[in-house]
Amino acid sequence: MDQRFGLNAHVTLPGPLVLDSGAMLAPVEIAYETYGTLNADASNAILICHALTGDQHVASPHPRTGKPGWWARMVGAGLPIDPARHFIVCANVLGSCMGSSGPASTNPETGTPYGMAFPVITIRDMVRTQAMLLDHLGVKRLEAVVGGSMGGMQALSWAATYPARVAACVVIAATARHSAQNIAFHEVGRQAVMADPNWRDGDYYDADPPAAGLAVARMAAHITYLSEAGLTAKFGRKLQDRGAKTFGFDADFQVESYLRHQGLSFTDRFDANAYLYITRAMDYFDLAEEHGGMLAHAFRGTSTRFCVVSFDTDWLYPTRESRTIVQALNAAGAPASFVELSSPFGHDAFLLESPELRRIVDGFLRAGA
Amino acid sequence: MSLRPDLAIIADHVEPGARVLDIGCGDGALMAALRDGRRVDARGLEIDSANVSAAIARGLSVVQGDADVDLAGYPDKSFDYAILSQTLQTARNPHLVLDQLLRIGERAFVSFPNFAHWRVRASLLWGGRMPVTNVLPERWYDTPNIHHVTIDDFRALLKERRIAVEGAWFLNRGRPTSSAAANFRAEHAVFLLKR
Repeated sequence: MDQRFGLNAHVTLPGPLVLDSGAMLAPVEIAYETYGTLNADASNAILICHALTGDQHVASPHPRTGKPGWWARMVGAGLPIDPARHFIVCANVLGSCMGSSGPASTNPETGTPYGMAFPVITIRDMVRTQAMLLDHLGVKRLEAVVGGSMGGMQALSWAATYPARVAACVVIAATARHSAQNIAFHEVGRQAVMADPNWRDGDYYDADPPAAGLAVARMAAHITYLSEAGLTAKFGRKLQDRGAKTFGFDADFQVESYLRHQGLSFTDRFDANAYLYITRAMDYFDLAEEHGGMLAHAFRGTSTRFCVVSFDTDWLYPTRESRTIVQALNAAGAPASFVELSSPFGHDAFLLESPELRRIVDGFLRAGA
Repeated sequence: MSLRPDLAIIADHVEPGARVLDIGCGDGALMAALRDGRRVDARGLEIDSANVSAAIARGLSVVQGDADVDLAGYPDKSFDYAILSQTLQTARNPHLVLDQLLRIGERAFVSFPNFAHWRVRASLLWGGRMPVTNVLPERWYDTPNIHHVTIDDFRALLKERRIAVEGAWFLNRGRPTSSAAANFRAEHAVFLLKR
């Protein structure tokens, strides 16, 4: 059995990886999983890129929470991305905390965790790291790169950075650049972490982590993943396990209790510094800026096929952001599909049950096979 | 599956290997026929989400969008043919859509139901009611057809905007009918245009 393939895989590549910031990273740790078998001509590989707080466990249980893989609705037997047909790769992004190099990793210069000494990274740096992994796995060209949210940004960055290595690109509930509002919400989250006295300029790895700050960051962010209608339908003004308001500051309302739970449970599985670094990478993302201010130039001469999907209640990365991508693709003459799907669940819809999304991704992927 | 007669005419007259933009492509029936039968590089634009999903699921490149606003993003002469079938009469600004078609495509196919067909005339003249026919099945209040047009109206528009006709086909009950008296006898018209 080739140690490079399978679940809970890990590789240490010597690097150095030259980052957009100019800094160099060495070595480069990558935690990843593969599903299915790479065929003889290495033509059936699909790279799945995960979102901000996602991980490599796309279709296997999360090691800490025990929950099913985060995209088990899309990846698995009989599903659009199927280990029986595809060689599926999902890697923990650079800067994260599930085994790939990030601020919690050991700094070889000091023998202690990097903390804020970890270099600031970009979406393109994440993509470069994934390219190094694919080299290691013997994959020259991807049948498809697929991602939602920040994963969609990586998919776009893949198509722009390595056009010859990507046959097809699926971009779901994403954007080609972070808007002022996107940056603003992230800054609230970062400031919440940094305002926690336990944060200690990021040097907390031998003490209590800034869990309270990180929980608040997650609460604020979580609201942006839902829709107002969805929140109203789920919680309304319903009270939590009580008959009347308490005239205090307990979680009287169900929505408060829900958000507190979301915040707290997040701190069990995520590193606060990693949250700072990854949100920064997202805020720095502006694919047009990387190409002289013209998004169409990012895709000039591309032969990659694109499928862009948005959700009508997603106000984090609304449909108009997807349209901007599609207009650039049309201007570049790229083969592109785009559809806005209807869902009450806001940005999170891409992770939830959606037969229509499955049908689209399946048809799109099969068309290139 | 057989194509709608106006689409069959278009499919028969698109050169193999051409680049085609099908505007208002529905579920992609024509695109699929062009792709499979004539190795055409077909792209589509369609306003209805369910149609777009169906077209993507059959492996076609289709973008959800509105002909009135979303054609502006396509570069000049980026297609050999721009096709507008049964969509002209639903546009808010049909004349501007026509301009976009001839900007984006070297040539354009336009098909539309003829509002001067005798059955339509009879319905209005004798019945005094807005016509509901095979080719115009919706009632006046729920029809997407907001700019009814006749063959002679369309010819006049082409003349006014100096658009050349390279081909014209007329259909009655799915069968070809002659150009003479087409404005009275044809339910459908298909024009091949160039500017």
